[in-house]
Amino acid sequence: MADFWIILTGTLAAASCGILGCFLILRRMALVGDAISHSVLPGIAFAFLLSDSRDSVFMLAGAAVFGLITVFLIQFLQRGGLQADASIGIVFTALFAFGVILISRNASHIDLDLDCVLFGEIAYVQWDTWILNGYDLGPSAVWMLGGTLLLIVLCVGLFYKQFKLCAFDPALALACGIPVALFHYLLMGLVSVSTVASFESVGAILVVGMLIIPAATAYLLTDRLSVMLLYSVVAGAVSSAGGYYAAVWLDSSIAGAMIVTAGILFLLAFIFSPLHGVAARYLKRRRLKSAAA
Amino acid sequence: MLNWLAGMLTDPNVRWILFGSLLLGLGNGVIGSFSYLRKQSLLGDTLAHASLPGICISFMLSGVKSVGLFVVGAILSGMVATFGIHAITRYTRIKQDAAMGIVLSFFFGIGIVLMTHIQHSGNGNQSGLDKYMFGQAASMMKPDLYMMAAVSAGLILLSILLFKEFKLVSFDPGYARGLGYPAAALEQLLLFLTVVSVVAGVQAVGVVLIAALLITPAAAARYWTHRLGVMVVLAGLFGALSGAAGTLVSSALDNLPTGPVTVLSATSLFVLSALFAPGRGVIAKALVSRKVKSDYVLQQAGNSPELQTTVKASGEEV
Repeated sequence: MADFWIILTGTLAAASCGILGCFLILRRMALVGDAISHSVLPGIAFAFLLSDSRDSVFMLAGAAVFGLITVFLIQFLQRGGLQADASIGIVFTALFAFGVILISRNASHIDLDLDCVLFGEIAYVQWDTWILNGYDLGPSAVWMLGGTLLLIVLCVGLFYKQFKLCAFDPALALACGIPVALFHYLLMGLVSVSTVASFESVGAILVVGMLIIPAATAYLLTDRLSVMLLYSVVAGAVSSAGGYYAAVWLDSSIAGAMIVTAGILFLLAFIFSPLHGVAARYLKRRRLKSAAA
Repeated sequence: MLNWLAGMLTDPNVRWILFGSLLLGLGNGVIGSFSYLRKQSLLGDTLAHASLPGICISFMLSGVKSVGLFVVGAILSGMVATFGIHAITRYTRIKQDAAMGIVLSFFFGIGIVLMTHIQHSGNGNQSGLDKYMFGQAASMMKPDLYMMAAVSAGLILLSILLFKEFKLVSFDPGYARGLGYPAAALEQLLLFLTVVSVVAGVQAVGVVLIAALLITPAAAARYWTHRLGVMVVLAGLFGALSGAAGTLVSSALDNLPTGPVTVLSATSLFVLSALFAPGRGVIAKALVSRKVKSDYVLQQAGNSPELQTTVKASGEEV
């Protein structure tokens, strides 16, 4: 049963991140996702210190607030004339450092292990169950991630057309009367929420792998956004299952192994993708050459 | 406060660590200025994360915690990471930001897998590998410090010697090629120096935050000047200051890793620069725009008589 719950948790996290990652890659904001995944740390620490509990709702709220603060600060610095890459780097390192200090200074009286925040504790997912009226309803992480995934699917499903247009052509979207800024912040808010929902299982640092790698794999395999979303979720699910068994085999971190598996899937797509793979390009060039000769 | 500082400074151990982190901040600030100008600030972050598997592999192969071997392993895996980014952006339609994200998390994932594998294998010698995450300057040994100081000094020396070449390549690589400089080789050298400076600092500041030492002092220095020479010196100075502050504060208080304190000192310097720098700072800009506005109102008032009276009536308000 443990296998099942761990793989299910990983898959739910990968699916939430994978859907959002597609939009991040299309909008060329992959590193903003990286920044958010680092800078939600002080939000988590604050929520923990203020509420004195590991209640997920507080953590989600705290992290969402800090995620939006991150996006706001990055844009503020950029408008002030700083380069995009430098403003991302300054904001997330500062907030992450702040979070680490908050946690390590209060380490004596908060039960929030830095290692578990950074690398997740997916192996213990099944022990932390949600009990309602005496009924054991299964691991609480599964419920939380399931809820997050539902929220993401709802938002993206309801506003699919708007998200799509914003991703490919923000100027046209603005001209059509779509509130681009609102959808920008909605996307960023969803990224922060899914980051926190996943940090318990895959950890704050490796979430960025879940955000970017499956989506990039899907990006190499198709030219349609709807298909890309589907492939991204599938790639995430395969890497969480494969990663779990690889981790058991190697006796190592499950979260790390999931990211490595996702990376290997990306490598396979990079080489063998029928559309954009290196092998396909090589074959096409050879065919053209022989046709010309 | 002064007594406490004097007490710290007479402790030879602290003095060595302080000296090491000063040099480290200096070297990183100098190299960071060039990567800032080349818009490659976040490359440092990727390279730092990517150095983790190299460190782990060299530990697994050698079985000892030798700083020299770690540095070699980290540099090698950092170079592999830059080739990975290059291959992804060159052969697919994936853009550089996503390519960096992919390489960063993939390498870091490998590093985590290897590190946990080492930890679970029960090798008694492995303790302290996790110090690489956030850095612990206080736990550094003499040889580590010599290494760090020597590498940083080498970086600074090389940047002084090749200053003209680096300057040209950072601003206009095409022109550098036209003049007959080996621009591609110089760019590779700068990349290599970035890898080296990141790797040198990993033990003091940690994998996750070392990028800030490259980015933040350089960005802060950019506010004060338009000249590269001044910017490089200032960035080095800011870096050295934050390195020293980080070391002092974290060795004075318990439960405080060095890396985050160093980063927050650098960030404070950045915020001060962004606010108070003459010309480009927020306050200077606000003053200028206020002056322009009031000049404009006065000028308009000079043109139309009825506005002139309202301006006079409201006095200095405008």
